[in-house]
Amino acid sequence: MTTNSLTTSPGAGRAGDKVFSGAAMAAGCLILAVLFGVALFLVVQSIPALTAQPEQIQGGHGFFAYIGPIVVGTLIAAVIALVIATPVSVGVALFISHYAPRRLASGLGYVVDLLAAIPSVVYGAWGAAFLAKEISPAYDWLANNMGWLPIFQGPASATGKTILTAGIVLSVMVLPIITSLSREIFLQTPKLHEEAALALGATRWEMIRMAVLPFGRPGIVSAIMLGLGRALGETMAVALVLSSGVLTASLIQSGNQTIAAEIALNFPEASGVKVNTLIAAGLVLFVITLGVNMVARWIITKHKEFSGAN
Amino acid sequence: MTATIARKRSALTKGQLPKFAPYIVLAVALVVGAAILALIGFNAFGWGLVSAILFAIGLVGWSGAVEGGRKAKDKLATCLVVGAFLIALLPLVSVVWTVLVNGIPGLITPGFLGTSMNGVTGAFDNKIVEEGTKVVGGVYHALLGTIQITLLATVISVPVGLMTAIYLVEYGNDRPLARAITFFVDVMTGIPSIVAGLFAAAFFFAVVGPGTKTGAVAAVALSVLMIPVVVRSSEEMLKIVPNELREAAYALGVRKWRTILKVVIPTAISGIASGVTLAIARVIGETAPILVTAGFATSINNNVFGGWMASLPTFIYTQILNPTSPSNPGPSDQRAWGAALVLIILVMLLNLGARLIARLFAPKTGR
Repeated sequence: MTTNSLTTSPGAGRAGDKVFSGAAMAAGCLILAVLFGVALFLVVQSIPALTAQPEQIQGGHGFFAYIGPIVVGTLIAAVIALVIATPVSVGVALFISHYAPRRLASGLGYVVDLLAAIPSVVYGAWGAAFLAKEISPAYDWLANNMGWLPIFQGPASATGKTILTAGIVLSVMVLPIITSLSREIFLQTPKLHEEAALALGATRWEMIRMAVLPFGRPGIVSAIMLGLGRALGETMAVALVLSSGVLTASLIQSGNQTIAAEIALNFPEASGVKVNTLIAAGLVLFVITLGVNMVARWIITKHKEFSGAN
Repeated sequence: MTATIARKRSALTKGQLPKFAPYIVLAVALVVGAAILALIGFNAFGWGLVSAILFAIGLVGWSGAVEGGRKAKDKLATCLVVGAFLIALLPLVSVVWTVLVNGIPGLITPGFLGTSMNGVTGAFDNKIVEEGTKVVGGVYHALLGTIQITLLATVISVPVGLMTAIYLVEYGNDRPLARAITFFVDVMTGIPSIVAGLFAAAFFFAVVGPGTKTGAVAAVALSVLMIPVVVRSSEEMLKIVPNELREAAYALGVRKWRTILKVVIPTAISGIASGVTLAIARVIGETAPILVTAGFATSINNNVFGGWMASLPTFIYTQILNPTSPSNPGPSDQRAWGAALVLIILVMLLNLGARLIARLFAPKTGR
């Protein structure tokens, strides 16, 4: 029990220190509590839907018959978005990091970030009013010439408000996410690796294939996963663009539905068990996106020492 | 004198395309593209597309013939990468153009920013279409609602987010709690916005009573989305404050909390403020969480804690999906696009503001 007059002096700031650090910690814990609360309240409110009689749920065959098709629809839309967005955004990221003139690069990066700044409801309105109309002739062509493929089976929707259009709008929305993450990683490629490749006579593309892409691969994968998380949970683009319906294999007919759009379209007028059903649907969406995001973050932390996308 | 210097190609540059090769190929591709399009019906988009494809084929083919396969592959990759960038610009240009063209008529209608939709019914819209008069009704209530909801969300998220960032940077020391918070903040950035809305709705349904829909519920939902953004940006900014400043303060006998308040935060304030502004810009356009938490209103509501409330994004959504007059959606469309233009202008102003703040309040360095 030594008493040190320097540390035990009744200073005015001592209590302040305790209060301040306590408040900082409380704020951190509050965030954990909120995330826990999100899960808890969604579970509590969705129990009535899970225990309800099958007839009470929309469709009359119980909750899982109701949620199954729209989970598949959500996945279809997200996969379309990623198939389109991944090559384009990796290309854009390469353009900004390795092709564009140095002086222009940061400005171009800002332009791509502007894509992320446009609100989702504006994308939805654009998709419904402009894109769907412009793209429906292409759907007619697909139905006539590629109709033997189940995914392009005709007759094509006359309005163009199909899951493929929704997927294209989603791809525009996830593009800036994948681009900005991949760009960060490409910029971190060790300069020495690049210069060594060039010094051995490699062309720029060979240098990118040998030095940049192998280095950035885990980063690209996690960027795609984060884009997938966004595409799965995006609401407005689908709610406004897609004229929804039952699950169909054809991408160019109206039909299919995603979880987020289903909730947005039905929640405002819902009552009784319907509210619980939609909250349960939200829980399913939450679990799916949580899983996707956790895998992405896990990949990033695993490669943290050389990926910098944190 | 100059005439005696014969321009011979050096052995080093032999087997290369001349510098002007891309321009020649581009010109040829544009002409041939125009010719092809003239045969099947001309449109500008198709012309650009066909010319781009022809340009890539021409340049890669010529390069393959003169320079060999490796150089040709390099040229192909360059074409694809530049093409990807141009493709990415298309939707941006198209969205901005569509919103401008459709939104300006709505925005310049007198009273669009100053009136609400109170009392505007389908009968009005039918009459407007029949008689060709000016569109009545506006976004005042939605603008007011957006500002109130966003302001309340900011008031909730900034203290929580900033204190968490301070904990992570100043007190965390890589403890398990700090690591857990970092991880879950990352996870939180990925919560779908509609799930955040459902959470706030479920929370208030359970605590206050079923069917509680007010601006405050929407503000809580937006905070769930906003807090992780504030934490991440503030954390980055606090991390780059030089340790020497903290050590100098400690050496003078200043308490840790006073050091943080008087030294660390003032140094980082420009970055923190611009991060907060960007976070506001991110949530101000969120539609889905407000849709499930604040309901729709057509009149002005000044009370965030009571009654349904309109906001710009939900205004756009309802005007498009459920036009005021289902038989004549024209006026509703015009209002929706006008509101979309107002929303985009707001978001862009916030983004510009963030850059301005970062520049204006940046700590003075050097002499």
